[in-house]
Amino acid sequence: MGDASTNFTRRTFLKGSALIVAFSLFPKQARSELNAMGLPQILNKNLPGSLKSTPWLDAWIKIERDGKVTVCSGKVELGTGVRTALLQIAAEQLELKPSSIFFIAGDTGLTPNEGFTAGSHTIPDSGTALFYAAAQVRALLLEGAAAKLNASVSSLAIRDGRITSQDGRSIDYGTAITGIDLHRQANSSSQLKPPDSYRLIGHPVHRLDIPNKLTGGASYVHDLRPPKMVHARVIRPPVQGARLTSVDIAAAERLPGVLKVIRDGSYLAAVASDEWSAITAMRALTISARWDGGGNLPNPQTIHATLQALPAEDIVILNEGNMKTPQARSFKARYTKQYLMHGSIGPSCALALLEGGQMTVWTHTQGVFPLRHALAELLDMPDEQVRCIHTEGSGCYGQNGADDVAADAVLIARAMPGRPVRVQLMRDQENQWEPFAPAMITEIEAGLDNTGRISHWHYELWSGSHNERPGNAGKLVPGWLLSNPLIPSPSLPMLQPEGGGDRNALPLYAIPNARITNHFLPRTPLRTSAMRSLGAHINIFSIESTMDELSAMAATDPVEFRLRHLTDTRALDVVHAAAREFGWEHREKKRNRGTGFAFGQYKNLMAYVAIALELEVQPDTGKVNILRVVAAVDCGQIVNPDGVKNQIEGGILQSASWTLYEQLQFSTDGIKSIDWSSYPIMRFSQVPAKVEVHLLDRPGLPFLGVAEAAQGPMAGALANALAQATGKRLRNLPLAGPQLRS
Amino acid sequence: MTTQIHLNGVVKTVASATSTPLLYVLRDELNLNGAKFGCGLGQCGACTVLLDDKPVFSCLTPLGAAVGRHVRTIESLGSAAAPGALQAAFIKHQAAQCGYCIAGMVMRAQALLERNTAPTDEQIRAHMEPNLCRCGTHMRILAAIREVAAAGSLQQTRKGG
Repeated sequence: MGDASTNFTRRTFLKGSALIVAFSLFPKQARSELNAMGLPQILNKNLPGSLKSTPWLDAWIKIERDGKVTVCSGKVELGTGVRTALLQIAAEQLELKPSSIFFIAGDTGLTPNEGFTAGSHTIPDSGTALFYAAAQVRALLLEGAAAKLNASVSSLAIRDGRITSQDGRSIDYGTAITGIDLHRQANSSSQLKPPDSYRLIGHPVHRLDIPNKLTGGASYVHDLRPPKMVHARVIRPPVQGARLTSVDIAAAERLPGVLKVIRDGSYLAAVASDEWSAITAMRALTISARWDGGGNLPNPQTIHATLQALPAEDIVILNEGNMKTPQARSFKARYTKQYLMHGSIGPSCALALLEGGQMTVWTHTQGVFPLRHALAELLDMPDEQVRCIHTEGSGCYGQNGADDVAADAVLIARAMPGRPVRVQLMRDQENQWEPFAPAMITEIEAGLDNTGRISHWHYELWSGSHNERPGNAGKLVPGWLLSNPLIPSPSLPMLQPEGGGDRNALPLYAIPNARITNHFLPRTPLRTSAMRSLGAHINIFSIESTMDELSAMAATDPVEFRLRHLTDTRALDVVHAAAREFGWEHREKKRNRGTGFAFGQYKNLMAYVAIALELEVQPDTGKVNILRVVAAVDCGQIVNPDGVKNQIEGGILQSASWTLYEQLQFSTDGIKSIDWSSYPIMRFSQVPAKVEVHLLDRPGLPFLGVAEAAQGPMAGALANALAQATGKRLRNLPLAGPQLRS
Repeated sequence: MTTQIHLNGVVKTVASATSTPLLYVLRDELNLNGAKFGCGLGQCGACTVLLDDKPVFSCLTPLGAAVGRHVRTIESLGSAAAPGALQAAFIKHQAAQCGYCIAGMVMRAQALLERNTAPTDEQIRAHMEPNLCRCGTHMRILAAIREVAAAGSLQQTRKGG
């Protein structure tokens, strides 16, 4: 951000100083609104899930006179299947088929504001809101029908959009609800169906979006083709902070199909009547553009030392017992993680249309409301004149280029009024400019008492920001490049209980003397933000690696050692289940093979996951073959069992790729992971031979988020299995490579 | 100047320049959604289509290279109402999460099963190696391909091209 921060203009100065004043005057609550989950104010803290901030029933469920039922959610489909799961929940309580409900998700013009779809919050927040809202609407439907059929509520049957009396008279939902206003606040109590009567919740339901995706249906923002649409491509600087000094715009505008080249400071984009012409113009502009300055990244070889030397905000998140009590044996280790990339298969894309003073944006953002606020600030328009409509994209796994490209779309659409503008990033642009998952360091000093129990736990971690999401326009790359550049608002730590870098830094194990510190680094050299599980990946990797090393010091089986330190019965249950299903007790040690175990409850608040696995390392090449992975999961009341399994399997494979293979390549003069050969991810020859997921259902208990729950435990189980297979304890991620040869 | 290609069993006349990558002709001129832009470099397989029964990266294949040859996209295999054998197996196994890679996966698998009706698991993995999935849906993709291979049910959809 060298360019943006050193090139103050009146506009940015005023905006910047206004922000600084705001930060110093407002209490912490107000500060966090600019930089947390993007959630609106809580209006009724006694209500469940997102009803807390959007308590009106008709914000979630609308019933037309003709009986058509519309369900709204502020959480969006990112490829995890939540659309189907949310519909299962609403349809269960409303006694409808999921396919008969009209579902709207993530539209600033139509749906509740539920902030970002992130952190495995969708089912606990939006699913819970719909669960209770729909139950209350069902009760109102029955009340309305009772009056109209002149029958008692208890005598009525409700099913598939009709309510029937004992004598066979029936009315549809539209008639039943007539005269009842759903614009009312939810009650704090609901009449709920008993879990054993569920027909949809807890039953595997095929995802509604998959057939279309498999048959060439229009499924993504990339597939939108409104009339009069034009295509655009952007030209990003070669390195962060570089300024555009000259470019041959006239030559590019003479190319066939090119409608316009837009330049504003260092911001450069080409608009054409067709996509290939836009790409051709982008290439011509890339060749003629001359840039000055920028770059200056740290040496990647010493990145972790560089990070640890940066100014930090030290947050002690746990300080219990007395660290000076004597310990029988002690253990000390340091773990590191490299910068990772989200690596969406489809580079980010957005459409925008400026018409009649209204900007409409079709975007695969994770947060339509916070993004709208940022885009409005970028365009100097009131929020009300910008509408963001979520349309699916390629899986994002956190903040990828989705928000940036939405900013590109509106900047270009402003110059092309009346024309829908479609912009997609190129692969190298997505890779070089996305906010990476932060590189991190953890350090542990642990001690055992003379009975072989953990007596001490001194843990520290260093991490840059895991949340640079919009809300503030300065968080978006295009704003940095304008002649009046925007600067990002200061980075703030995400606090416990969910945490950011310190997510899952608090072990669930019972330890009498513990001190845990999060060294939050407000300014780090590379742009970073949220990627699935945030700090939980390295924290659980560190904790679970340490648990194995301590269990060896205590001469105790690793599973037994974990059980000894767990008190939560649900945690004990998943550990037992994974060990049993894997056959942990009967495992054999074979040459070049290793078994590993790990456990974690995501954020210590969401799904419980225990993983046991076996792998083999080829001694001459170091190649890792994962032979079998067994996971046990408790996510409370299961909504869609097959959906949960799909998410856990995906988390296991994705984490295997991060943990074994991934590392952002960069040098002092820029990001070098520009494609899939410079940022390899797991391919078919590397995926496990077998993955089994065992679900522990908890009927009637609250929904616990699941999509990011396997990443940490998988990393720990891999580290532990590799240590056994090779005899080498690896503490620096990624783990695969020449160091595994023997 | 126009160009004719055989697309999904039908002759299509297109106006794009012959140097245009086939991907953009399919998506932008013929309004087909199946083939996706992933990298433009032939490294991810999201754009995979069949050219004379062989899987190719449509992002790297110029339109001119498809003249006089048969191009097949996922749209030729079936529809949501009447899916082809692989499409049905992918639906049965719920072998997708975000699904952006999935049309490319199906087309590459289709090429294998048309050529080798009983591939081993190792052959399936080796054949699928060029295609990337980031959601980690690989186990389900493999299960769906194995099932179609075991059932020998691909022949029904063979006529599409």
